[in-house]
Amino acid sequence: SSPTSPEGKEGRTIEKILVANRGEIACRIMRTARRLGIRTVAVFSDADRGALHVDYADEAIRIGPPPARSSYLNASAIIEAAHRTGAQEDRLEHVVGMSGSWPDAKQYTLQAIHPGYGFLSESADFAQLCEAEELNFIGPPASAIREMGDKSASKRIMGAAGVPLVPGYHGDRQDIDFLKAEAEKIGYPILIKPTHGGGGKGMRIVQSPDEFVDSFLSAQREAAASFGISTILIEKYITQPRHVEVQVFGDKHGNVIHLYERDCSVQRRHQKIIEEAPAPNVVNEFRSHLGEAAVAAAKNYWHLFSKKAVGYYNAGTVEHPVTEMIVGQDLVEWQILVANGEILPLTQSEVPLKGHAFEARVYAENVSRGFLPATGSLHYYHPVSISPTVRVETGVKEGDTVSMHYDPMIAKLVVWGENRQAALVKLKDCLLNFQVAGLPTNIGFLHKIANHWAFEKGLVGTHFIEQFKEDLFIDSGVDIAAGTSAASKLGAALVAACICEMDHNSYKENFPGGDKLLSLWYDNPPFRMHHSAKRLIELEWENELEGKCLELLKLTITCVSKGGYLVEFEGGDSPVMEIKVVHLGECKCIVEADGLSTHVTLARYFKDNCQHIHIWHGQHHHHYREPVTLDRSDDDASDHKPSFQTASHPKGSVLAPMAGLVVKVLLENGAKVEEGQPILVLEAMKMEHVVKSPRAGYVEGLHIASGQQVFDTSVLFTVKVYSSFSYHTYFLTHCKSFNAISILNGFSHVQNGPVDLSSRMCVLWVVLE
Amino acid sequence: RRSWRGLPLSSLRPGQKSPALSSAVLPDGVDRSTEAFARNAANAEGLLSQLRSHIQKVLGGGGAEAVRRNRSRNKLLPRERIDRVIDPGSSFLELSQVVVFTKKLAGYDLYEEPLPSGGIITGIGPVQGRLCVFVANDPTVKGGTYYPITVKKHLRAQEIAAQCKLPCIYLVDSGGANLPRQADVFPDRDNFGRIFYNQAKMSAEGIPQIALVLGSCTAGGAYIPAMADESVIVKGNGTIFLAGPPLVKAATGEEVSAEDLGGASMHCRISGVSDHFAHDELHGLAIGRNILKNLHMAGKGLNTSPYVSSDYKEPLYDANELRSIAPTDQKQPFDVRSIIARIADGSEFDEFKKYYGTTLVTGFAKIYGQSVGIIGNNGILFIESALKGSHFIELCAQRNIPIIFLQNITGFMVGSKSEAGGIAKAGAKSCSNLNVMQVPKITIIVGGSFGAGNYGMCGRAYSPDFLFLWPTAKISVMGGAQAAGVLAQIEKNNKKKQGIKWSEEEEENFKASVVEAYEREGSAYYSTSRLWDDGIIDPADTRRVLGLCLSASIKHSPEDTKFGVFRM
Repeated sequence: SSPTSPEGKEGRTIEKILVANRGEIACRIMRTARRLGIRTVAVFSDADRGALHVDYADEAIRIGPPPARSSYLNASAIIEAAHRTGAQEDRLEHVVGMSGSWPDAKQYTLQAIHPGYGFLSESADFAQLCEAEELNFIGPPASAIREMGDKSASKRIMGAAGVPLVPGYHGDRQDIDFLKAEAEKIGYPILIKPTHGGGGKGMRIVQSPDEFVDSFLSAQREAAASFGISTILIEKYITQPRHVEVQVFGDKHGNVIHLYERDCSVQRRHQKIIEEAPAPNVVNEFRSHLGEAAVAAAKNYWHLFSKKAVGYYNAGTVEHPVTEMIVGQDLVEWQILVANGEILPLTQSEVPLKGHAFEARVYAENVSRGFLPATGSLHYYHPVSISPTVRVETGVKEGDTVSMHYDPMIAKLVVWGENRQAALVKLKDCLLNFQVAGLPTNIGFLHKIANHWAFEKGLVGTHFIEQFKEDLFIDSGVDIAAGTSAASKLGAALVAACICEMDHNSYKENFPGGDKLLSLWYDNPPFRMHHSAKRLIELEWENELEGKCLELLKLTITCVSKGGYLVEFEGGDSPVMEIKVVHLGECKCIVEADGLSTHVTLARYFKDNCQHIHIWHGQHHHHYREPVTLDRSDDDASDHKPSFQTASHPKGSVLAPMAGLVVKVLLENGAKVEEGQPILVLEAMKMEHVVKSPRAGYVEGLHIASGQQVFDTSVLFTVKVYSSFSYHTYFLTHCKSFNAISILNGFSHVQNGPVDLSSRMCVLWVVLE
Repeated sequence: RRSWRGLPLSSLRPGQKSPALSSAVLPDGVDRSTEAFARNAANAEGLLSQLRSHIQKVLGGGGAEAVRRNRSRNKLLPRERIDRVIDPGSSFLELSQVVVFTKKLAGYDLYEEPLPSGGIITGIGPVQGRLCVFVANDPTVKGGTYYPITVKKHLRAQEIAAQCKLPCIYLVDSGGANLPRQADVFPDRDNFGRIFYNQAKMSAEGIPQIALVLGSCTAGGAYIPAMADESVIVKGNGTIFLAGPPLVKAATGEEVSAEDLGGASMHCRISGVSDHFAHDELHGLAIGRNILKNLHMAGKGLNTSPYVSSDYKEPLYDANELRSIAPTDQKQPFDVRSIIARIADGSEFDEFKKYYGTTLVTGFAKIYGQSVGIIGNNGILFIESALKGSHFIELCAQRNIPIIFLQNITGFMVGSKSEAGGIAKAGAKSCSNLNVMQVPKITIIVGGSFGAGNYGMCGRAYSPDFLFLWPTAKISVMGGAQAAGVLAQIEKNNKKKQGIKWSEEEEENFKASVVEAYEREGSAYYSTSRLWDDGIIDPADTRRVLGLCLSASIKHSPEDTKFGVFRM
């Protein structure tokens, strides 16, 4: 291929971008690229073959199996993908070169790589690899990433730039006495943090000097284990901290501007779930001071590292919709402009600040179980409709699976309003109408946060969720609980009426045969001789926020007229509800109950022997389960055996299924067996028949040798059960509902070192008992 | 698309009132301003509310205590079971529902003790788009044991299934024959054994027989699942055995539990008497639905009727007015066309031989798009009207058009003129036609049904596919007054021979007692309690019931009708 000089690169314009990421960010980048006429290449793992970002791209290329380290973190696979998808241009170039006609008019189509965020975006090695392979890495140069990854170095640079910093020590000295002295200087409580890594690993809050040594040593150990680098720093521990970021942009010509700050304080598991811009309760004076300091710090980076493109100050962020919304700019476009060597489109004084924006991150997670990631299928997915003031950054579509391999984020919901109050109203409304069914999500939780008085006042902080957990997780107060229960009952009544109406319509429309007269049987209301048709529906209300099934609701629905139903609850003194349903098609209905007419949406899917029904009605979203009777396993058909069959033989006895000759005995007495494991082979009627163990345990009473004749129903041997296996069974039958991760986590405190699965089960049993 | 009349569909929207389209549109025919109308309306309202109060009792099954016991065993009531098997939200045409025997209805009752619905629920409903006949024991009524009337109702349901070629679903939960009444239940041709005979015959004809064993199924009852094509049994509740544990102990001394003797596990794993193992009742009912999914061509074949037009108009007049049309007083005449105007599509009726034999109204109409011939009474049957009826029946038979009879008949004309004219010949013709005609017949008795008129208008003896009553129906060999007159005449003559003097007052008392007996025995309740019909319907439901019955009874491959010798 033709030689390229660094100077030659400067003149090239990006025409094709490979997005080394997945999900919503990949889609987001591709959207801007497409608008600019830039061709896009997606990379995907086997788990993402049908994912949205693959559909979005002009080309897509497989980079490996599902685990991220084998695909999205596999730098060489991505570089290879970039070469493969860029190869066509190379060849063209070569042909033109061979013809020799316009050697000077050679057009280079440069292949650029956009890393998005997460994955390889913070890998200095990958950025370096891109540089070495002459691929335009849209992001900071490798050296900058490396340096920024070091918190101590960052702090020094910030300090030099005049950014107000938390008092602390970020130096190289790591001897314990020195650091303890530094801690005294700062004043307790202090925070011990590893200089590298993140996610809260190795962080220790130290309240008093006598805790210092222990905390320091354990932080060092954990840092070494997690990141390979054991250097740590100490800082004043801020009891009410906020997480505020300043968006800074610089071009290759030395221009650096800031686009105001955003507040990302509301976090769980050290990940933000609500962002807003600008930060609330920040006076303008401080805002400009913050901005200027950030610009100064960024300029320091410039001088320190490179003259070349540094797209942004924090390598960990790529574009923040809330910032885009308040300045009215497309930051992905800016990144591409900067990567193309152009000048920033705005100067500092031209940057507008308009209104207020919120971003709520919708995750598939079990809020009640410590926000554990949830996996499963998105059986129903209808985010709010988008508009210039409402954005939904999503990387999934209905029917997709949220797998355990990646971040379980479903979407970023972004809203903009003229001011914070207006934006908050919109946020609440959008969260109410953001419809996801199939796996647990944090939507209800986000809605609770948005409605919390402290959040409404802008009193945000990184401990927000911890601080207000009483309000956020539990329906405190009898009134609220009663209200919730009443709403769930109303929801159940509406669900019942809608199901009746929808089932009715679906049969009416889809009954087989096409006999017109037969369709009479499906008229609404259904005919009954001198009475009205009734239907019994049992629903279990699943409270996602509290993670429990509150009550079983038994409803009787009477069809009184076309679309008119009377719903009664069994037990209790709830009055009969009169509900009228108009089915609008698909999963939409209009229901009228108690003179109030509402639009409702119903999502239904089958999972774990239950029909799951979600309903969105008015201000509420409820989730119910209806047990399905068919498709049950026939396992417990064996729980009752006629006495004459079992009476004479103890449990676990294995009888000869037929008279025959024993040709092979595979195991001895005392051998441990699994269920279904072959134990001996019989031959009868010219066929071999393998006798298997009916259950797990050990073999006893096996007194048969090969060559021996056995008779029909004679006892061959017995399989006795190890006591530990009963624990095993106990686990399988009774612990299914527990989250495996939480159990295993709990377990790790009990057991040290590697254990085999069966003993793990035993311990679990003990714990649960 | 064009409709059956070749008119653009837009002009044929259901419910559109456009009488100008066809000259065949019937007029309203009801004068709402008359005193008679108001009286009829009030009477009808009384009859209906009485009917509904009986229904409320019937729907309660064997009473609160029995229902509670049933629920405690995780069992549903029979109607609830049926609701779970039929397609969600679909209709169920229950038959002979008001076979109610309570002290309140004394005089109509068959037995001393109440026996709501005869202890068995029967009817027709669709499962997986296939119409099926249901026969469901009510275990809350005398343990679901078979009284003579229970057997009769079971056999009637089977008769419908055989006639209409509909799959049978038996929801079995019965203690077998009612032992104290064994003599009336066990031995005769149309007794208990006939149930199995019918099962075997239908199965041989390819009409599927499905049994869901939801409770006990003892002795003869054991043959219901045993003779079924496919059967389901519910763990814990369902048992099948020829003799229960007490009888086994008595007979052989063996002590065995019901579950071991004939429970689900035993029958599904060892005896093979049952095919599907259900964990509980709901599971069993769901399996039942699943079985129907796999019937494919068995029985009736595909339910398609190419001659049914997809678009039809509702009648132009209010169906609720049917309640006040038929007078409770039989002597009051009314025009049967006012009924037809409220049940036929678009109230359209193409009348046949309108000006001949005018006491019988004949003509063609459509009900939910299905062509039907309608024969209705507008007075006594004369020779001409009988001949007209025979002619019309032949037309329908030849064209494979189902016939609907609207009975309101005091009888054939009597007297020398009539006899000399050969009215017996004329009546015989129509009776003979009815016998052999191979098209569906549905009879609705709207008013009187007396004497040979009952026969000539396709009464129960002529095996109409379905026969329903309005609450105003009266059925007897002749009117009470006429019978009283005849009997008083004979009695008077007898007394005269014996030289006994009969005072006028005595004669009046005698007559009154006869009239009273005829009133009672002629009542719709007396009839329906004895299964002389398939149930009493709300007149306002007539069109819908007819549509459902037509749907069930339409024969898609017409059978040839062969006529016997007519006396000309």
